[in-house]
Amino acid sequence: MAHSVVEVRKLTKRFEQVTAVNEISFEIHQGEILGMLGPNGAGKTTTIQMLLGVTTPTGGEIRILGLDLGRHREEILSQVNFSSSYVSLPQSLTVWENLRVFAQLYHVRNYREKIDRLLSVFEIAPLRNTVTRKLSTGQLTRVSLAKALLNDPKILFLDEPTASLDPDIADKTRSMLKTIRAQSGLTILYTSHNMREMEEMSDRIIFLNKGEIISTGTPDEIMKRFQGEDLEEVFLKVARGKT
Amino acid sequence: MKLHRILALVNRHLMLYKRSPQRMMEIVYWPLLDLLVWGFITMYLARYKEGLPAFVTFFLGALILWDILFRAQQGICISFLEEIWSRNLLNLFVSPLRTGEFLASTMLVSIIKVIGAAIMTIGLAYLLYSFNLFMIGLSLVPFVINLIVTGWAIGIFTTAIILRYGQEAEVMAWGLAFLFQPVSAVFYPVSVLPPFMQVIANGIPAAHVFEGMRAVIETKGFPLNELIWAAGLNVIYLACAILFFNGMFRIVKVKGLLVRVGE
Ligand SMILES: Nc1ncnc2c1ncn2[C@@H]1O[C@H](COP(=O)(O)OP(=O)(O)OP(=O)(O)O)[C@@H](O)[C@H]1O
Ligand SMILES: [Mg+2]
Repeated sequence: MAHSVVEVRKLTKRFEQVTAVNEISFEIHQGEILGMLGPNGAGKTTTIQMLLGVTTPTGGEIRILGLDLGRHREEILSQVNFSSSYVSLPQSLTVWENLRVFAQLYHVRNYREKIDRLLSVFEIAPLRNTVTRKLSTGQLTRVSLAKALLNDPKILFLDEPTASLDPDIADKTRSMLKTIRAQSGLTILYTSHNMREMEEMSDRIIFLNKGEIISTGTPDEIMKRFQGEDLEEVFLKVARGKT
Repeated sequence: MKLHRILALVNRHLMLYKRSPQRMMEIVYWPLLDLLVWGFITMYLARYKEGLPAFVTFFLGALILWDILFRAQQGICISFLEEIWSRNLLNLFVSPLRTGEFLASTMLVSIIKVIGAAIMTIGLAYLLYSFNLFMIGLSLVPFVINLIVTGWAIGIFTTAIILRYGQEAEVMAWGLAFLFQPVSAVFYPVSVLPPFMQVIANGIPAAHVFEGMRAVIETKGFPLNELIWAAGLNVIYLACAILFFNGMFRIVKVKGLLVRVGE
């Protein structure tokens, strides 16, 4: 089995009244696509933010690429990346300018070729000189994904990346991510509320509820365990407390 | 500190200005209006009171210099607010970027803006009123540098507050510098202040700068004393502001607010 690139031990986050994440432990293996599933408020975003070092855990341990996140922040962050539907990009800059800024931030070599390639992969090459403000949500999502791949990350954290994509583009995006994974051994941690997408994308799923991992396994295993026809049914059972 | 990261952010802000005429107004419009109003006031005073002391012309100089402080402060705050407005803060801090590099980039951006606005203002003051700021001499340079650093310290402090308390605190970005104006002895000497305010003024670097500038105009001697006070206080204030920012950043990460700044 491939080695773990993310190791989480008893990770906990308490905000004033809420325990958003409660002593969860899990690993992500190199080259794996791990789906994180759970109802609103389950703690998915909080977990991802802690893995990126932008939210400080109340307790527990995070090791990424074999290093402790607290002590090796810079080294780790230069090798991972993130995209989500809740971040945006500077509105007055063009697509190309934005990517150029992030390329510089991540110290990407041959950034022109790199940007051009990503633009064509995501089919947004015609938009390269368009001001970001004028992009549709789906177009912006793709630029944001291109940004997330600029530094050839070893691990990609995607928090609801396809939330605003039309089915066609969402499908293309998924196969694109899978292709990149096949080519480069990219590891992906993924959240989505689209159950079909989770089934299709994930090698393995972590099911979070109220800050705790209630189940983990391949989509098939989870469906069997909860006796559901598909993930959607499982999700509804769990969310409505019928298990 | 990695230079490429600092330059990436400086670049981002310069490109913004290239594309946005509204933002250029910040550099051109306000200094121009200030200059017109104060320039005419100075001319008016000079006409009605023959033999007015030389420092009255310094009103204009004082105005230009105060504007430098204000711009330096704004430069910091606006660079930060731009990231909030465009929901880009998280993109930056999931990269290896450090807070120190972020602040350094905002300081560089502010210097560039200050230079832009200063060239504009000094040039116009000369054209419109034949007021030559450089007649005060090269002794101006170290004082101006101190004003910029004071502006940075206030700017970083303000930014930290906005980071922690969100956009409701944005008004501070526009107002805080002016809180210091009465005790900064911009247009009048410290000695006109009531005693307790004089005590406060002595702790304000900008007050020492403006006292120094007046000394330059009146006696032509170089007020090294004031300069040392200004520089010393500035080092302390800037260091405190940076520590304060880092402290607030830490709190924001504990409270999980970085994701939410600007909401
Ligand atoms: N900064 C914060 N301060 C206080 N409580 C927070 C904060 N961030 C998250 N929470 C709380 O922590 C819990 C987990 O939130 P989180 O955003 O991680 O959920 P999620 O699984 O991503 O949900 P969603 O599917 O809605 O995106 C929620 O109860 C939420 O209200
Ligand atoms: Mg979420």
